[in-house]
This record gives sequence, C-alpha cells and structure tokens, in this order.
Amino acid sequence: MDMKRSYYRDLRLFDTWPLGLWLVVCAALLALVPFFAGNYLMYVLGYIAINAMVALGLNVLVGYTGQISLGHAGFFAIGAYATVLLAKAGVPIPLALVAAAFIAAAFGFLLGLPALRLEGPYLAVITLGFGLTVENIFAKAEFFGGATGPSVPPFSLSLWPGFSREQNLYWLIMLCAGGTILAIRNLMRTRVGRAFVAIRDSDVAAACAGVDLTWYKTLAFAVSAAFTGVAGGLFAFHLGQVDPTTFNLMLSILFLAMVVIGGVGSILGPLLGAVTISLLNLKLKGLKLADFEQIPLAGKEIAGFISRHFMETGMANIQFIVYGGILVLIMVFEPLGLYGLWIRAKRYWRTWPL
Amino acid sequence: MTALLEVEALEISFGGVKALHGVGLTLATGEILALIGPNGAGKTTVFNCISGLYRPQSGQIRVAGRDILGLKPHRVAASGIARTFQNIELFRHLSTVDNLLLGRHLYLKTGLFSGMALLGPWTPAAKEEMRHREKVEEIIDFLDLQAVRSQRVGNLPYGTQKVVELGRALAMEPKVLLLDEPAAGMNLEEKHDLRIWIEDISKLFGIAILLIEHDMQFVGELADRVIALNYGECIAQGTPDEVRSHPDVLRAYLGTPSAEVKQ
Repeated sequence: MDMKRSYYRDLRLFDTWPLGLWLVVCAALLALVPFFAGNYLMYVLGYIAINAMVALGLNVLVGYTGQISLGHAGFFAIGAYATVLLAKAGVPIPLALVAAAFIAAAFGFLLGLPALRLEGPYLAVITLGFGLTVENIFAKAEFFGGATGPSVPPFSLSLWPGFSREQNLYWLIMLCAGGTILAIRNLMRTRVGRAFVAIRDSDVAAACAGVDLTWYKTLAFAVSAAFTGVAGGLFAFHLGQVDPTTFNLMLSILFLAMVVIGGVGSILGPLLGAVTISLLNLKLKGLKLADFEQIPLAGKEIAGFISRHFMETGMANIQFIVYGGILVLIMVFEPLGLYGLWIRAKRYWRTWPL
Repeated sequence: MTALLEVEALEISFGGVKALHGVGLTLATGEILALIGPNGAGKTTVFNCISGLYRPQSGQIRVAGRDILGLKPHRVAASGIARTFQNIELFRHLSTVDNLLLGRHLYLKTGLFSGMALLGPWTPAAKEEMRHREKVEEIIDFLDLQAVRSQRVGNLPYGTQKVVELGRALAMEPKVLLLDEPAAGMNLEEKHDLRIWIEDISKLFGIAILLIEHDMQFVGELADRVIALNYGECIAQGTPDEVRSHPDVLRAYLGTPSAEVKQ
C-alpha cells in the first residue's frame, strides 16, 4: 500500500507523479507553440487562456466562497482600461498589469461590502448593477475615450530574442495564466483558501472558529477581481483595441457560464469551461447558412427552415440559439459540469473492467 | 477554583418573546457544567449569546475576567471559546483533516501572498502547514478519526460528524468548550466513547466545558454541576441528583400532576 511518510505528502501540488509529469508536458507544449505554430493558433490559445484566467478568478468567488457575481465584465473592463491608460502614460507593461490587478482588487473590495449583508439573488442584482455602471461610465466618459475607447499602445515587451509582437504577447498571456493556476491552487490549500471554503459551507461555524467574515468575504471579491483585472489588461493587447461595448452583461454571464459549465469549486472545472465557451464563441461567431447545409442527414432541411423562418438580420443571432442549446444540454446531462464528467471517467477507469 | 467564564443576568428577547430572562452562570477551570431544560427553554440561546451570534439586550459575559459581550463571533473565538452546534455545522465539502485545520485558523499566519507562493516544502507557508498538521493529527489520534481523516465529512455517518465537530473545536485549543447536545443521535457505544473523551478533555487538557444535553444519564455521569432552564429562566442548580429531583424541574418536564393523580 501507498504509505504517506510526511505531512508534506498531503500538501503536494500533484497527488501522483504521473499527473505532475503530464502537467509539465502540457505546459512545455504550450510554451513551444510560438516556435512552430502560426498567429491564428496563438490567437485562439491566447483567447482561451485569458478567459481561463477570468473563470479561475471568478471561481474563487462563486465556487469556493459561495458568493455570486454578475458583474465580472466590470472588473475585466477596469483591468483593460487601467492597463491601457497606464501603458499609454509610459508605465512598463508588466507593471501596468500589476497595477491593474490592484486597481481591480480595490473595486472588488468595494463591491464585496454589500455581500456582507446580502446573498443569493440580492447579491446577483447588486453585482449586475455594478457591471452595468462600469460599462456605461467607460462608454460615456470623455476621459476614457468615449464610445470608441482609448487607443491601445503597441505591445512592446520582449520575452525572447527575435520574437514577433504576437509571439511575445502569447508567452506573456501563458505566463500569466500559468501563474494564475498555480497561485489559486496554492491559495486554496492554505489558510486563506480554507477560510473561503469554510464561509461557503457554513459561515456560522467559520465565524465561531475565528474566521473574520467581513475580511474574508471582501477579500474573496478582491482576489477574484484582481485575476479578472489582469486578464482584462491582457485582453486589451490581445485584441489591439478597447471597445467599451464588449464589456456588457452578456460577457459577465458568459464568465459565470464558464465556471458553471466547467464545474464549480475546482481548478480543472473552470479551465474546461473556459476552453468550451471560448471555442464555441470563436466557432459560432461566423456561423452562416451554408454551415447548416453541412450537417449530415437533415442539413438541407434545417437550412431551408432557417432561411424560411428567420429574418436576414436575425442570422447573427443564430449563434446564440445554438450556443444556448449546447449549454442547456451540458447542464441537463452533467449537472456537475465538465469536471463531473472527468470525475466519472476517472472512477470508471479505476474500477475497470467492473 | 476561579471562575473562567462568568455570565450574569442575560436578557434577550425576540419580538415579544423573552428568550432569556436574567440567566447567569459561572464555570471554573476544569469544571463540567450541564445546561438542561425542555425544548425552547433557551439553552442554545445562551450558547449563541456567549459565542457572539446573538447580542443580548443586557447582562455581562466575561472570559478570564475580560468582557466579551458584544464582540463579533471571531473575536469571541480568539478569546478562547470554542463550540459545537446542535445541528452539525461542518464544512461539508472539506475532509476531516481540513475541517480540523480550519480550527487552527487563529494560530496560522499564512496570508494571501505567502499562501499563493507555496511552491515547495521549504516555503514558509508549507512549513507552517506541516507544523499545524502535526497538531491536527494528534487530535485525530485522540478522537480515533484515523479511518476518516481524508474523507469528505459530508459523507460521514451522523455520529462521526459529531466527533469531527468536537475535533474542530479542540483544534482551536480553547479555554472554554461549549457543546450543544454532543450525544444527540449517537448510539450507546458512541455515547460511551464520547463520555470518556469529554472527561479526558476536562481532566487532561484542563478545558472548562459547558454542555447542553437531554440524556439525563449522560449528564449524571459526566457533569459536576447542572443548571436547569425553563422559559428563559434558571429554575434550579446543583449536583445532577439535586437538580433531577428538584420539584420545579420535574414540573417543567412532566407538567403539574392532575387532580386525579394527586388522589
């Protein structure tokens, strides 16, 4: 039998060495992508990684601390604007990203204050209001560049000699995403993370065991906002522009969907959720009538039905119908999210061939 | 013996209901005091007042001479008071070890950034975790929880959950331990173990214990003193036998004999 001989065994990052090896291999492959892949693959992977950072950050709040936020697009926007404006003012990009994290965290603290008294749907409405307010302040205020947003300075950071702009940005995004995974994983196996989970499972017992609810609830908002803020800053460079209308309610809901679809309260869950939603987003964006004709068996009929019953301008919204349908299916068949699917698969193989 | 926990003249009402009316008690170091009384007598309300969940309208609560009335629950915990709950309040999704480690929250210092930087056994956060895990394992040994140490507590049987909750309270190394119906729902064997543990906690660790319990045999074997509550007032106190045979206590539990029985 596998005996544990040191307390550190319980603390280790990976339970078993094959898992550790796998993760190292995956990380190495991702790091090597710029050497052999084109810009499009880097763009897609970068987009996924940015969303994964947000999903992981949001999961600290939703999955681990048991609070809710429908306003994370607000933190995403705050991070994007802070990074861009600081970089334009001449602050080095890494420093601007760190500053964006702290600025977003400060707003996280503020939004966390009502969470002390409210929960569930009431908290959802407050955070919803926050998201809408932030979106509109950025879109309407002259200082922030109004409806067109501020221009994004060129991404000038160099991480490897001879790398292009895209390659450098890709590496920075991956470094930040990797750092996020490690930081959150570590946080959750030490004192602060345990306090978060304790608040979720029983706030009364947590308080009676010495956990300061005021501090830890607001801290959870701040931590969550900080990671989202950094992701927002990277997003601005990734897209090369800041458009205030992207930071809308739909985006907040998509972030939440990533966490829920993936499976709350784990690291792998939000990662899987972010991959799924990001790919759906990218693939469904350019959906055209011709794509439906390629569906096997009933393709012609479906395309015919759509062209007969949908307005020409409504075509753009078909992606949301497909999208919504997929989300419904995932939740119906796997209420624990994609992470639940993973757990089930693992259990199946462990007991195979039973 | 000096009084470790002093509660004086607690008054609290919810709306029109006077939940506690002038309740007072003292608890000395190493003493086991039981609170008994019919349902709704105000026993758990006393606990909630002491642990800071309720704020009494008047009265005094002191721990080792220090006033703790009106402090928030986490400050009360820091003053040396640990408790368990009548309806188990465990962190369902955490393992037994993690539940107990949360009991060490007051003693741990790892913050946000040092926690995120736990990168290997040499980091301060890891060293601290391991030190406190050692303490937690001692408690796991003491309460015989080895078999369930890595299991999610939400899946454990009821009796075991109660023991884990006791373990979490012990991990806080309190001066005063408040146990709200610790034996409720346990079978005879579990009750027997629990009685021995509570005695050891009192004798070996010198922790003062205040306990709410309905099982009078359990109380009789364990408690040094008993206080009986009814409708938010103390109706009797003394040794278990004295309180058990006190006419007011009998009346509270059994009601007044009807005319027929009297004849």
